[in-house]
Amino acid sequence: MPQLPGLIKGLGVTARTAGRTLFPKRGWKTFIPAPQKGAVTVQYPHEKEAPPDRARGVIALHEENCTACMLCSRQCPDWCIYIEGHKVKAPPRRAGGKPRTVNMLDRFDIDYALCMYCGICVEVCPFDALFWTPEYEYSEPRIADLLHDKDRLGEWMETVPDFLDYEAGSEEKVRKVPR
Amino acid sequence: MTSLLALPYWQETAIKLGLALAVIPATSLILVYLFLFKMMAFMQSRLGPNDTGPYGSLQLIAEAIKFLQKEDIHPAQADRRVFRMAPVVVLASTFLLYVVLPAGPDAVVQNLDTGVFYAMAVSSLSVLGILMAGWASANKYALLGGLRAAGQLIAYELPLILAVMGVVVQAETLNLQGIVEAQATGEIFGFGAIGNPFILTQFLAFLIFMIAAQAELTQTPFDMPVAETELVGGFHVEYTGFRFLLFFMAEFGTAFAFSALAAVMFLGGWWIPGFDVHDNVLNILGPGVMLAKILLIAFFIFWIRFTYPRLREDQLQKFAWKVLIPLALANIVLTGIFKVVF
Amino acid sequence: MTATSDREQMAYVAAQAADARINVELDTGDMTLNIGPQHPATHGTLRIACRLDGEQVVVAEPIMGYMHRGYEKLCEVRTYPQCTTLINRIDWLGSFANEVPFILAAERLMEVEAPPRAQWIRTILFELSRIANLALFLGDMGVQIGALTPVFFAFRDRERVLNQIEEVTGGRFHPNFDRIGGLKDDIPKGWIDETRSVMTKMRTFCDEMEDLLVGNEIFQARCRGVGVIPGDVAVGYGLSGANLRASGIDWDLRRDANPGLAWDQIDWRVWTHPDGDSFARYWVRLQETREATRIVDQLLDGIPSGPIMAKVPRIIKVPAGEAYVSTENPLGEMGYYIVSKGDLGPFRVKIRTPSFNNISVVPWVMKGVYVPDVITILGSLYFILGDIDR
Ligand code: SF4
Ligand code: SF4
Repeated sequence: MPQLPGLIKGLGVTARTAGRTLFPKRGWKTFIPAPQKGAVTVQYPHEKEAPPDRARGVIALHEENCTACMLCSRQCPDWCIYIEGHKVKAPPRRAGGKPRTVNMLDRFDIDYALCMYCGICVEVCPFDALFWTPEYEYSEPRIADLLHDKDRLGEWMETVPDFLDYEAGSEEKVRKVPR
Repeated sequence: MTSLLALPYWQETAIKLGLALAVIPATSLILVYLFLFKMMAFMQSRLGPNDTGPYGSLQLIAEAIKFLQKEDIHPAQADRRVFRMAPVVVLASTFLLYVVLPAGPDAVVQNLDTGVFYAMAVSSLSVLGILMAGWASANKYALLGGLRAAGQLIAYELPLILAVMGVVVQAETLNLQGIVEAQATGEIFGFGAIGNPFILTQFLAFLIFMIAAQAELTQTPFDMPVAETELVGGFHVEYTGFRFLLFFMAEFGTAFAFSALAAVMFLGGWWIPGFDVHDNVLNILGPGVMLAKILLIAFFIFWIRFTYPRLREDQLQKFAWKVLIPLALANIVLTGIFKVVF
Repeated sequence: MTATSDREQMAYVAAQAADARINVELDTGDMTLNIGPQHPATHGTLRIACRLDGEQVVVAEPIMGYMHRGYEKLCEVRTYPQCTTLINRIDWLGSFANEVPFILAAERLMEVEAPPRAQWIRTILFELSRIANLALFLGDMGVQIGALTPVFFAFRDRERVLNQIEEVTGGRFHPNFDRIGGLKDDIPKGWIDETRSVMTKMRTFCDEMEDLLVGNEIFQARCRGVGVIPGDVAVGYGLSGANLRASGIDWDLRRDANPGLAWDQIDWRVWTHPDGDSFARYWVRLQETREATRIVDQLLDGIPSGPIMAKVPRIIKVPAGEAYVSTENPLGEMGYYIVSKGDLGPFRVKIRTPSFNNISVVPWVMKGVYVPDVITILGSLYFILGDIDR
């Protein structure tokens, strides 16, 4: 039944992989075993994985831009955005103009225990108030703590990366992140 | 027993027993760490455990502690007494194997004149334990696993013994120490500079022995009795905690013992090829030499284990009866003829 | 106490009955073995109830529904953009491929067409998710029959493909990137070159699998002639995808009924195998993975420039009507039948998933095989639980 070649080849594949893991190619140092470099796995708590810039890790809120229009909260497939606001009279933009009414945000919570990271809220927001950031370290021992309020969401703004340039042939305009 | 101080019989026995008891966990620790954790990880582009102790070497101890903490569960329908006894029986078979393994000219627990015979007989005790485990678990998967194990171990016992016969015929003794001596003093057609490790003259027997040992140890490609993806672990599916640990230790302890047997019979055991060293030196160096040879053999066992898929039960039986046994018989006949002619 | 004594009594009665049977007919009786719902070979909660005679299967019956999530019903109370987030989760390994037929069906109802650049990028992502999906199969099949290592290779190399998907869409598993009328965003700079090098790596992975499994005599002994599905039976049970092509039926929706994606503009071929056994299914998928890397390479060369979004209103209302669009997904034909009454969301969605049909052949093919072969066949039919139960 078993003929040698196929079986031997298989052994060769595993041995080669073991060799590459133990002795990754790196010039003259190849002969010093360095499995830490050869292995493809990321040793998580010791080193951090770097997700791509577009990765949907956590949502950041740029509070000044939000008008409490509720679009995101209505479009969210599992309704995990909670918004409350009230109207205030603001001084006119130009001297002599009419006083304006603006929406003040009282509450803006996203429940990450429910969120399914679909990105619809970020996409529908007409005022550029929501952004994705690739951060992922915000797990909590208590599920209730996964509800991020507007301050917590605002803190994420610092981690928002700039939008990436597009590949040649694209007609899209690169958007700017408000800082 | 000359080099050891002349101790009373009971003290000597106690020391030997203690050694044997310490050796099994130690050996399975070495094998598991080196091969199951590290080598397998490297073969799969991973690192393996690396947080517990230096380079993760204490991982297995941590695992053992975890197993000890676990609740000891008996299935409701299980045959309790048999269920509890099974892992002990399996482990006992491993313990008994260690009795005859020589690590130096005098470093052996008991130098039996029928060493090979004894080792073969004792190693098949584990079938009993596995069958007990499979039956007593009152689980269909476990039962299937146990029955498969019984069928497989019996089928492969035969080529194992037949392969050993070739060595025995050539060495003209059943004593494991005698076999080592025969290799140290032997010559291949008058050329004796490196002695005669039987792997050279008995290569066929070595191959058959390794294949049969692989099956005996239920390692892939002959691991149907455990077969995680079909029988979800086979005979030990219902075992938890301490009892599972016993099975686990027995598995690797036996792997070590079989590698040791192969090292003794085919690689010349504690003897260093090409060097004529005094016995007392060998008593000290021997265990190291032996360990190196054992690890070499174990490396192949585990390399194959991590690479190959498993066979089906009927294919395995066919392979044993139609290929291995005839080959082993032919090997004995050939060895006999050579022995008489030369 | 009552429970125990009840159980004892039942055991007693059962033992009596068993004794009687043995005494009367000398019949040891068949054993019923439940493979699943929690069993490593079913990678999900599928249950296969087998009646065994020794280790031989007399009858095998797949029992599904343990993971039914009611997506067809949920879609009725969601808007179109929200539906795609659900649809991602049907065949979770090739999720971008799930979105495409749904979006295409909706586009057909709205009579919009995505611009060519969007179609090409769609096709690329579609093929990438095919590679990611099939790569896992190529390794997983090894685990099903006992080889430990291939699956780690598969996870290692699939991760590279998933990273490429994530770099464009932002999601490894649930891209939610396809929109009615185009795509959500364009591809970032440097992505094309990275993807090319990943495709080279994937071809190496395919070679490794060839050495590790396909060429391995033990693998062949386990898979050749096991679970043979002849072509007519395969068609009769409605198999699709690689399972059908492995039975010698040359049928591929990418070529035969291309719903507008870029497949017709490049040079590729459909792989078939005449045997119809587990080995053929593995082999066809392996070749398809290779072919997909080649397709991606060609597509990367020729991405046309232009916009990625057609003109669609911001609030999407699909006019009343019905449409069915199916594509050749990694697992086989996946189709969406959308009935719209002109609302924000669909009135009714019928999802035709490939795994559901593929698994229906199980009772036929598993008659008389051994227990280990059950696993080989299940592995080689390759189903995703979410795809069966949706
Ligand atoms: S990502 Fe999706 S689920 Fe999460 S808050 Fe936004 S819309 Fe809701
Ligand atoms: S985040 Fe955007 S969509 Fe949501 S309420 Fe604020 S402005 Fe409206």
